[in-house]
Amino acid sequence: MQQTILKNKNRITWISAILIVFAYMSKWTTGNTDLFTWPLIIASILGVAPIAIQAYQALRVKVVSIDVLVSIAVIGAIVIQNYEESAIVTFLFLFGSWLEQRTLNKTRSAIRELTEMAPESALKLAADGSFDEVSIGEVAVGDVLLVKTGAKVPVDGAVLSGEGHVNEAGITGESVPARKEKDANVYAGTILENGTLQITADRVGEDTTFGRIIELVEEAQDSKSEAERFIDRFSKYYTPAVLVLAFVVWLITGDFELAITILVLGCPGALVIGVPVSNVAGIGNGARHGILLKGSEIIRDFSRTKTMVFDKTGTLTIGNPSVSETMFYADDKEEVLGYLASIERESDHPLARAVLEEIGDITFSPVQNTEVVKGAGITADVNGHRVAVGNEALMEREQVQLNEEAKADIAHLVESGNSLVLTSVDGMLKVLMGVRDPIRKGVREDLHRLGKMGVKNLVMLSGDNQGTVDVVSRELGLTEAHGHMLPEDKAAYIKKLKKEGSTVAFVGDGVNDSPSLALADVGIAMGNGTDVAIETSDVVLVNSDFSRLPHALGLTKATSFNMKQNIAIAVGVVLILLTGLLFSEWVNMSVGMLLHELSILVVILNGMRLLGYRPR
Amino acid sequence: MKMKNSATIQLETLTCPSCIQKIEGAVKNLDGIEKESVKVLFNASKLKVDFDGEKSSVDQIENAITKMGYGVEKSTVKIVS
Repeated sequence: MQQTILKNKNRITWISAILIVFAYMSKWTTGNTDLFTWPLIIASILGVAPIAIQAYQALRVKVVSIDVLVSIAVIGAIVIQNYEESAIVTFLFLFGSWLEQRTLNKTRSAIRELTEMAPESALKLAADGSFDEVSIGEVAVGDVLLVKTGAKVPVDGAVLSGEGHVNEAGITGESVPARKEKDANVYAGTILENGTLQITADRVGEDTTFGRIIELVEEAQDSKSEAERFIDRFSKYYTPAVLVLAFVVWLITGDFELAITILVLGCPGALVIGVPVSNVAGIGNGARHGILLKGSEIIRDFSRTKTMVFDKTGTLTIGNPSVSETMFYADDKEEVLGYLASIERESDHPLARAVLEEIGDITFSPVQNTEVVKGAGITADVNGHRVAVGNEALMEREQVQLNEEAKADIAHLVESGNSLVLTSVDGMLKVLMGVRDPIRKGVREDLHRLGKMGVKNLVMLSGDNQGTVDVVSRELGLTEAHGHMLPEDKAAYIKKLKKEGSTVAFVGDGVNDSPSLALADVGIAMGNGTDVAIETSDVVLVNSDFSRLPHALGLTKATSFNMKQNIAIAVGVVLILLTGLLFSEWVNMSVGMLLHELSILVVILNGMRLLGYRPR
Repeated sequence: MKMKNSATIQLETLTCPSCIQKIEGAVKNLDGIEKESVKVLFNASKLKVDFDGEKSSVDQIENAITKMGYGVEKSTVKIVS
């Protein structure tokens, strides 16, 4: 019985509406009081049933909920035979909660879309060698699974056999499908665009990278800030307090109608729902744009950020050095490049990799007597020639004369932020290369926008030499830049900034910068789905996409502001109703309920605006 | 606690924050529930709870929730120890 009534709540709402309309129609057309009163009585009794059941259940677990207030008010109204009020109040209350459900679903849609990307079934290898479709919950670590073209990879695992291209945009942000063959790693939630793969499951369900991202977002949307916890505690005592107040008013004034009106006016609707709604919509918008925000506390801190500290390599720059300029001081280019490549081939230095990439296909020669000079370069004998590859210090050591032209070129390259690779053959300078780690596209503009949004200090910390750091800093228009910084120096620097009272955000790649990420008020990881990045940071830019940063900051500011608006709306409505009740005649139960439900809708709709937020 | 189970129960969409208090209250009143672990996620509409597998079961928890008038969509249980 109870459950049938609760299940048919929506139907009851519509029946009430029809009855109320019928009552007023007959009053205005026929003037018959019976035809007016009876439909209202039926509507009241029908409508109050589900509310009263919910109230009773709440009381059984010692909770004084809104339902309790409304039930008492409505039953009170029926007792004093004010059927108009009782019918309209119950209808508005039911209709309001129906609307709330519909609109709330919208605010949660962004995150729901994400969770629905989770794989649900897998083709598992059975004992007889065939593949059977099973639900994802039945897949265990070590199982062999088949993934067909167009299907989602169900787990994190390694390819056992087969090959194909996998779209990993959801995890790594890379939009070009990655080729997978034997022993390659695949991730749950990614899509096999062509080919067929057999994989072994290494991590399943919530342990997969995708599962952890989802869990993180789900926890984030329900994490509570201090203000929210206060509101929660407040509403726990607030509702019973309203009940007591109404009772006291009744005892003192003897005005029963006033007492039950207070019950309705006191409903704490919009205040309790306003902040969570902004929170979920803001986090949802972020999730849709590759920004994971870990909760409402972070939203507040991030929105107040005054100082933003950046790691250089891999954050502001691409993190992949390449040759920007090559100058020759000889005619036998092919031969010299061949020597250079032959030596660099044996080195694993990042500069060597950049040089080899630049040279490309070439004839290699055997290399003998290789000597590595620490911090300077390499010397060796190639084809009977003495070859030296390294920086200026190495050239000096090898007594290589640099002419005026070369000196000018070197000065020019250093000025524009290059590291130098000089090559000499038999004591003569032959080639000069400038290697640079290019700055990510659009970083300058993004930083400028962050500055405009109120981030006063833009600081860069790097392990590189101060010269390179200064060049990058000037190019990007940073406020401060410090070189020669080890990870612990960076952490110490952030500690110092925090001591000075600034709200500090740190942006890094999440691997070697985890101390700084953890220490900063807001740790922002340029994660490509790595575990460390997800664990230690407060905000993850899923696609390592720097251009998301202004969006993220703008979004947290908008979300914070939205929460404040919602609190203001909720408190404002209560204040208006109370003054109306005390100083004028227009406030009655129906008006109170109407305004309450309207204010709840307004805060939900207001929160929903965040879903469409885009930075200007 | 002899057999610790950990359950995640997906509920129908929750709309009123006071539902959280009610569901929490109903679940906490059951036997064998680790009271501290009861957590209702409002926006995700999920319930997370640890309980003693010998004293209670997911069915009992689901029952308590449906009795309050909230639908249960899906639940997963993991045996922790």
